[in-house]
This record gives sequence, C-alpha cells and structure tokens, in this order.
Amino acid sequence: MSLELVVAAVMFTGVLAYAVLGGADFGSGFFDLTAGGDRAGAALRTRIDHSIGPVWEANHVWLIFVLVTWWSAFPTAFAAAMDALILPMLLALLGIVLRGSAFAFRKYAGTLGQARFFGVTFAGSSLVTPFFLGATAGAIASGRVSLDGREDVWSSWLTPTSVVGGVVAVGTCVFLAGCFLVADARRGGEEDLAETLRRRTLGVGLVTGLVVLAGLLPLRADAPTLWNGLTGRALPLVLAAFVAGLVTLGLLLVRRYALARLTAVVAVASVVSGWGVGQLPWLLVDEVTVADAAGATATLQGLLMAFGLAAVLVLPPLVYLLRLTQTEQWSRTAP
Amino acid sequence: MLATLAPFLTTLATDGGGAAAEPAGLLPARQQMALSLGWHIVLACFGVALPTIIAVVHWRGAFRGDQGALLLAKRWGKVSAVLFAIGAVSGTVLGFEMGLLWPGLMGTFGDVVGLAFAFEGLSFFVEAIFIGMYLYTWGRIDPRRQFWMLVPMAVSGISGTFFILSVNAWMNAPVGFDIVDGEIVNIDPWAVFTKDQVWMQFLHMWLAAFMVAGFAVAAVYAVGMLRGRRDRHHRLGFMVPFAFATVAALMQPFVGHLLGLRVAEMQPAKLAAFELALETESPSPLRLGGIVVDGEVVGSIDVPVLGSVIARNSFTEPVQGLDTIPPEDQPPVNVVHLAFQTMIGIGSLFVLVVLAFWGARWRGRDLLENRWFLRAVVACAPLSVVALQAGWIATEVGRQPWVVYGVMRTTEAAGDNSGLWWLLGATTIVYTAMTVGAVLVLRSMARRWRAGEEDLPSPYRPEPGDAEAEPAGAVSA
Repeated sequence: MSLELVVAAVMFTGVLAYAVLGGADFGSGFFDLTAGGDRAGAALRTRIDHSIGPVWEANHVWLIFVLVTWWSAFPTAFAAAMDALILPMLLALLGIVLRGSAFAFRKYAGTLGQARFFGVTFAGSSLVTPFFLGATAGAIASGRVSLDGREDVWSSWLTPTSVVGGVVAVGTCVFLAGCFLVADARRGGEEDLAETLRRRTLGVGLVTGLVVLAGLLPLRADAPTLWNGLTGRALPLVLAAFVAGLVTLGLLLVRRYALARLTAVVAVASVVSGWGVGQLPWLLVDEVTVADAAGATATLQGLLMAFGLAAVLVLPPLVYLLRLTQTEQWSRTAP
Repeated sequence: MLATLAPFLTTLATDGGGAAAEPAGLLPARQQMALSLGWHIVLACFGVALPTIIAVVHWRGAFRGDQGALLLAKRWGKVSAVLFAIGAVSGTVLGFEMGLLWPGLMGTFGDVVGLAFAFEGLSFFVEAIFIGMYLYTWGRIDPRRQFWMLVPMAVSGISGTFFILSVNAWMNAPVGFDIVDGEIVNIDPWAVFTKDQVWMQFLHMWLAAFMVAGFAVAAVYAVGMLRGRRDRHHRLGFMVPFAFATVAALMQPFVGHLLGLRVAEMQPAKLAAFELALETESPSPLRLGGIVVDGEVVGSIDVPVLGSVIARNSFTEPVQGLDTIPPEDQPPVNVVHLAFQTMIGIGSLFVLVVLAFWGARWRGRDLLENRWFLRAVVACAPLSVVALQAGWIATEVGRQPWVVYGVMRTTEAAGDNSGLWWLLGATTIVYTAMTVGAVLVLRSMARRWRAGEEDLPSPYRPEPGDAEAEPAGAVSA
C-alpha cells in the first residue's frame, strides 16, 4: 500500500470509529425524545445520561481526528469539500454544538423546566447531526464536490444520494444506540426498561434495514461510481452488513443483548466501510483520487508518527474507559 | 459577553487597513473568527488550568485525608464537566471554521501546519478520555487512584496549548517550506515546533490560562466571603486558585517582555503599532494611552526613553516607526495600541494585587479580612478575561494585513462567500444562548451546594421532596 493510501485508511478508520461510537451517542437522542413524560421517561433518561455521559466527549474527538487528518494530508480536497458542502457541514456543526452543550447542561439543570428544555434540545440535535453528516458523505460519494469552480451550495447536497446518506446515518445511529442501551439496562438490572427498549430497537432495526435496502435503488442513477463499487468490490461488505443486521434482530428477539451489541457494531461498520471501499480509489468521487489529493510526503510521514503515538497514548485509556462503562458494577450504581 | 468585544474591535480594525478589493467573505470571516475564538479561548483557559488546580486539592484530600479539599475537588470537577463540554464543542467549531472561513489558508498550508493540529487533537483526545473517567469514578474507586487520572489531563493541557500555539507562532514567523514559482515546496512539517517563538508564545498563553482560571475560581470564593461565608471551605477554595494565579501573574511580565523583544525583529510594524511609534525616535518614548487622529498622536502621556528600555532592552535603540513601513503593510494602529496597553495595564494591576496579599501576609496581616481586597479579587476575574482578549487582539490585529506573516495576506486566505454574514448572525445567537445556559446551570449548581445538596440528583423527574410529586413507588430507577 502506498503512503497516501495508508493515511487515507487510518483516516477512514476514524470515520468508522466516529460512526460506531459517536453514532451510538447520537442515536440515544431518539430514545430520549420518545421516552415519554417526566415520570414515565425518567428511568430511560437517567439510563441514557449514565450510558453516554462518560464517553461522548472522547467519542466526539474522532470527528476532530478525521477533520485534522483530512486537511493535513489532503488539503486541497478538504478546502474543496468545505466550500461545496458548507451548508450541511454547518448544520451538522450546529447540531454538534447544541447536542454537547445541552447534554451537559441537562445533567446539572436546576429545575425540571430547564431539564426539559435542555433535554429536548439535546435529543433533537442528536438526530439532526447524523443526518447532515450522512448527507455530506452522500454528496462526496456521488461526485458532487469538484476541486475547481463553485458548486451551488444547495444543489451539491440536495440530491437523492445525500438524502439516502442522511437517513441511513440517522437510522444506523438509532439502531446502534438501542442495542447498547438495551444491554446497559439489563446490566443495570432494569428488565422492564430493557423490554421497552428492545421493542423500540426491533422496530428501528426493521425500518433502518428497509431504508438501507431501498436507499440502494436511487444510487444506480444518482451515484453510478459508488453503485459500481457497492455491487462490485464492496459487495462482500454490503452482504456482511445485511447478514449482521439480520442476526442482530434475531438476537434481540431472543434477548441475547450482550451479543446483539457486537453484531450491531459489525452491521454498522460494514455499511460505512462499504461506502469507503465502494468509492475507492476516489477521495472525492469522480474528481480526485486519494493518490492525487495527497499533500506533502513529509507531512504524511509525520501523520503516521502521530497515528503511532495515538495508538500508544490514546487507545489503551480509551479501551479502558469503554470497557469500564460496559461492566456490571458501573451500570448498577448511579452516581 | 466579553467575547463580543472582540468582533467590535476588529470591525474598527478593518476600517484602518486598505479597503482595496476585499473578497466578500473577508469581513464576516474576521468577525466570525473573532467571536468564536474569543469565546473559546476563555473556556480553553479552564480546560488547560483547571485540571492542575483540581489536582492540588484532590491530592490534599486523597493523600492527606483533608475531606474539605476532596469536596472542593469533586465540586470543581462537576463545574469543569460543564465548561469542558462547551469548550469541546466550541473548539470543534474552530476546527470547521479553519476550512470554511479560510479556504485559501488551509488549502495552501494545510500540510505545513497539519501536524501541529494533529498533535493538538491527540492532546484533546487524552483530556476527553480522562475527564470522562475522572468525573464518573467518584464513589466508585479509591480517591488515591482517581488522582492519577488528573495527571494526564494536566499534561495534555500543556501539550495542547503548546501545539495550538505553535500554529499561531508559525503564522507570526512562518517556517518549514519554500516558495518556488508560486508553489509551496520542500515542506518540513516538524519545523513548526522547533522555533523559540513557539516556546515563548506557549509560555505566555499557558500562564494566561492560569491567571484566568485562578482568578475566576478565587473570585467565586471571594464573593462568598464578602457575603459572610468565612469558613475553611471558602478560605481553601480561595487560596489554592489564588496561589496559582499569583505565580502566573508574577511570571507573566518577564515572559511578555521577552516576547516583546522578539517582535522588534520579527514584526516591526506590530511593535510600532504597540508603541504608537509613527516615526522612528531615538531613544523612543513610552506612549501611555493616546490614539492616532489624522496622522497625529493625540492624548498620550509620553515617558521619555522608557519605550526603548522596555521594547528594545536599550537606552538608545529606537522603536522602528510606522513611516518606514509601506502603508499597505501597516496594521490598524489604534486598536493594536489600545489593546496592547490594556493587556499590560491589567497585567501590572494583577502584580500589585497579588504582591499586596502576600506582602501583607508576610507581615502577619490577613487581607482576606479586608473587604476592599476581596472586591479587588472579584474584579480581577473579568479583568483577566479582558486582558486575555486584549492580548489576542493586539497580536492578531497587529499581524494584519498578513494571515501568514510576509507570505499570505488575509485577503488571499478568505473566500468570496458573502453568505457568511448569516453564519455570524446564527453563531451570535447560539453562543449567547450557550453563555446564558452555562451561567444558569453553574449558578443553580452553586445554589444547591449551598443548600446542602451534594449529589445534585437527576432532574428528569419531579424531586422526591416536591409537594406535588407522586408517591415514590411511581418512579422506578
């Protein structure tokens, strides 16, 4: 593998990590929004708070990681994408800002009224953000970003592929969140809550599966390059996503939550990497390849060193934190 | 609130420069950057300094059995959870903005300064992981073990400051590339970290972070003492952050002075604007206050020779005058001069305040009994933020018209998207709302702590004690 490709692969690993870990945080917004009134929803909201509170900031950093790697390694492509996709990027950013701040504010809100307001803001913006990030991905995957010349800031992403990308992103986030929350609820000994979450997650899973399948249809005409990749090189990943999704639904049906968590991650990771592999060798589809977009070689080498350092300094504590939050002792005691 | 000062000042600033053929995205991008950076930098100070300050009280609590200190650590940890959250999101805004507002800068130099951002991102990653652990392990693990989670946070605060300041130092003194026929070649991404400039700027900002966070936390407990709450809790809550602010305030003038000496060689136009030197005078006077109106200095108090002494470390070396610099390369003089002197003035005041306290203590007097001293410390908190903003305005506006000094003008970095005005409007609204939200939440935290509630129960349902609440059985969890 060439140097550029290695850096691009690591960058895409960041996209994957953000989609899975950050995605599960965003998706919990759906369950928060649909938890019911103050009393009925209290248990679920407390569970969500407990579940994503310690990890959302760390999971959020994957986005920063992707952004920074992108502009350092592929600066011109970054500038072009920012230019063409300014609107969905900004709307996603707005969602990120509101989600993070409202979530932190709600935990320490002084009154129920404030908690309600911050809660709705948190939950709503949690769903807005993945939609626009998915739409951004859709625009890149369908060749809407060009290096020169300005695209219209609207038509670059108001396309079938972007809409599919957005909806699929929201669906997968919610599905993932459901799988994690249901497992959390059981570990915490809240079987009633787990039952409610199980039903909702099954529903979300079915709908998301159908959306992903139906979403493939418009790609053939709207994003031919991606379509060729998905039905060619990336086909095994598409099939893996499908199988893992079905297995997850089955595991939820028989209440094997701990396992369902893992297969859900496999399903979502397969969907996302299907996109990545499907659009290779393009960085911006039909416009510039990974190899051509690369910036200075010295910087790429430096980035590899930074990745190595991250693997040593960041991954062990991150894994420790994520494991800690998935233990029974952690789930049982509310702080 | 105070951050809104920054865009106002840059508006003034942009009037001074040549108004020739500016891209439509320039002015809104400047305002946007000033607002979002001015807002974020305040929170960044807490992100950098608070873990270290908390570490001291946590250490006392965990290893010396001081329960009062441990309580402070727990409370400050909760405050930092709120501040870090909005700091994290406002930092993300800046990450996006680098590309959205300055496509010319990032498209051209993204790979020259990229590593610095990458390492800064790494630092932030470490901090985000450990704050999650620290906050959520209270009551779950031994406080002595928990203490060690603060250490990576404090270290990543240092490294994060260093790496982000290395980008700014690079903008002031670009290195690590050559320009051949208009192309950027021979890129050396490591050169960004090796200049002395980086170390000086890092130290300046790192100390500033401790001044802002130290005075802010100390001020909270000073208010408490002014309202008659003079227990040990308040004294300890005051003393620890005040000690940090003291060290930072006493070191800052030396670091600032050394940094200033470099400006004379690196960016003579900036120094001329700092010192309001329209012409080269040998020796140069120190101009206190004053503005330039129609090419004349009005309303300044001139102290002979002192300008040379302070800016050049010499009795004869002059401050190079603005008249030696082509008009198209001059920064807006008045804003830079006033911002610079505001920073210096406030910094000097801080030295007096901390010296007064420790001097009195040395002579056996406790100024915490003195209401005027407490009021002065309360005033130091907003003043430190003003000084912080003024310092950034001085150095950033002082570098104009360049974004990368001597290499790229700010006009070349901006895009031509006039729609950015909408972004500025939306950002102003969102940041105002976030400020209100943070103040509201922090105040209610303090109120509930005073009322004796330590654990701050989950607010998602009516409180158990509420008259209208259902019987406890109705609520699971």
